[in-house]
Amino acid sequence: LDETQVRQDPEVPSAVAAIRTLLEFLKRDQSETILGLRENLTQTIRRLEEADSSVAVSSGGELFLRFISLTSLEHPDLSQCKKVMVERGELFLKKISLSRSKVAKLCHTFIKDGAKILTHSSSRVVLKVLESAAADKKRFTVYVTESQPDSAGQMADKLQNLNIPVTVVLDAAVGYIMEKVDLVIVGAEGVVESGGIINKIGTYQLAVCSKAHNKPFYVVAESFKFVRLYPLNQQDVPERFKYKADTLKAVEDLAEEHPMIDYTPPSLITLLFTDLGVLTPSAVSDELIKLYL
Amino acid sequence: GTSVVVYMVPQYSSIHIAAVVVSMFSTIICGFLFLLVVKRLPEHVQVDDPAVVKRLAKKLERQQIPLRSDYGYKVSLFSHLHQYSRKAPLTQLLSIPSTVIHPSIVRLGLQYSQGIVAGSNARSVALLHAFKQVIRDYTTPPNEELSRDLVNKLKPYISFLNQCRPLSASMGNAIKYIKKEISNIPSQCKEEEAKTKLLTCIDRYIEEKIVLAAKAISKYAIEKISDGDVILVYGYSSLVNNILCEAFEKSRKFRVIVVDSRPRLEGREALRRLVQRGISCTYVLISALSYILPEVSKVFLGAHALLANGYVMSRVGTSQIALVARTYNVPVLVCCETYKFCERVQTDSFVSNELDDPDDLMVTRKGKTQLENWQDVSSLGLLNLVYDVTPPDFVDLVITDLGMIPCTSVPVVLRVKNLDQ
Repeated sequence: LDETQVRQDPEVPSAVAAIRTLLEFLKRDQSETILGLRENLTQTIRRLEEADSSVAVSSGGELFLRFISLTSLEHPDLSQCKKVMVERGELFLKKISLSRSKVAKLCHTFIKDGAKILTHSSSRVVLKVLESAAADKKRFTVYVTESQPDSAGQMADKLQNLNIPVTVVLDAAVGYIMEKVDLVIVGAEGVVESGGIINKIGTYQLAVCSKAHNKPFYVVAESFKFVRLYPLNQQDVPERFKYKADTLKAVEDLAEEHPMIDYTPPSLITLLFTDLGVLTPSAVSDELIKLYL
Repeated sequence: GTSVVVYMVPQYSSIHIAAVVVSMFSTIICGFLFLLVVKRLPEHVQVDDPAVVKRLAKKLERQQIPLRSDYGYKVSLFSHLHQYSRKAPLTQLLSIPSTVIHPSIVRLGLQYSQGIVAGSNARSVALLHAFKQVIRDYTTPPNEELSRDLVNKLKPYISFLNQCRPLSASMGNAIKYIKKEISNIPSQCKEEEAKTKLLTCIDRYIEEKIVLAAKAISKYAIEKISDGDVILVYGYSSLVNNILCEAFEKSRKFRVIVVDSRPRLEGREALRRLVQRGISCTYVLISALSYILPEVSKVFLGAHALLANGYVMSRVGTSQIALVARTYNVPVLVCCETYKFCERVQTDSFVSNELDDPDDLMVTRKGKTQLENWQDVSSLGLLNLVYDVTPPDFVDLVITDLGMIPCTSVPVVLRVKNLDQ
């Protein structure tokens, strides 16, 4: 059920697919007690993480669980509780499916006419932002990095379909191209408690380069990507996020594998655009405290 | 305003008199509101202002507490702070047995001023235990209410302790809590009941805010300690020591580098306790910091207080360690319980600090004490600072009992705490 959902709809972010699966599971669940329900949900989340080890699935799952637990405190009767949970789950799902357009609405005003934008890898949120900026009759050019090992050529094609002039550059040419660009926009797989982000490998050096050239580094992310991690450096990111799910299962010695993501510390990020508003990296922790405490 | 109006109006008509009266009232009310809204600076950081000193002397005379005099030449940048000598404790000027001050408070004051009880957790716990004894021995005088009289009884004790050694932020928060609990006692409550209630409140405060908080902080901190780590600690922080001992019990493999500095040499106590557990340690003085930092993977620091703008107030030398660690890209983790968070804002170490006994800086080697006659040299000042502030850019993570937060989120925690209260 879950895997087919994820693969079928490429437009849907993996976290939304995960939450939809969890909601379906909730509807069909037969357990008698709230504790049993929670156990089953946690197990399902773990299975989902095994299928797709991205940070977003983990954060989406945890948020859903959190959402559910808050409900369970209010209604002692299980069947009524489940009804309220399902209702709230549907509401949650509806809210987060609108979050991408909210982010795009906030961000596209930061793209001025004649701007040159640099982005990394293929992000659907960044695509939405650029779409709304183009719809707003702004003229800008985009540079996309090739982002090996799974190249992001798809991003270039989609932008070409929107009639936005796009150039694909090598990952190694980021320092070369930085003096030409005006701003850098990237998506995020996860936003951590410190205000930093976890994203496709290569984002960290993009951020360091843009800081060295004093170019603004913007991150666009929906709020369900906020995750309760606090990495201190690249090594501190848990292994289960660094590699793809199939690699984690197949390979024993992970030291031979190349990590798929890296961590960008908050000191290199200028602003984060989320559906909760435009935040500075230090405000992310405040929002997380409000969401989780 | 009043004088201007009167001057400008040569003839006195009724409207003009009314205007004069209104302006007089408004200035009085504005002045009153101003005094209410603007917090006065505490007296212990205004020692160079003679009016403030006189006011303090009058207050202490009223409370029958002797005034402690400053000792030795003070460096001009810190002339607004007190500098006392350990050889002249306040208790020498008190009559024994003291009628005004409870004996356990006298003992506590002596322990503070002689440095027998040191470290912010130790001082707070000692303070709370002394207050428990005070409450046990307290009897409400006739025609008085416990909730108001006990608070008034505590005021001279607090001034006395302040004279022995300036109060720490954690002690200030504990006192605020006790005063609030006392004033919330309903008037119809019987004395015995009220006293037991207060004693359980204090016990709960110690249990929740200090003991359980330390357990929670250890739980979070142990996640950040991985096998093969080289951890640097500075001085002696009871919380950081607790974390390292628990991590060692959970079979994490790491080694510790203890950095120490004169004149307190607190690191030796930390070293002794860690080695006793079997943790492999290295001991250096702070001057060798940049020599050993390339080996270090993490720095764990304790804090005396966390200020509202994210600055960390801790033992002098901490900001130096954080600065050099940042240069070497080593993560700096500060461990602090939430009861040490204070609403004060400070950006430098001069405004509010503590000056310790300058004679501590004298050291005797091979039978000779170089600075023995430092008082005779008129241009020589000895500075023995106790605290310094570290800016939040040098701190990567703060571990509190509420979880792991960045240094800039301290005001959020304070706001959440105020909502709870």
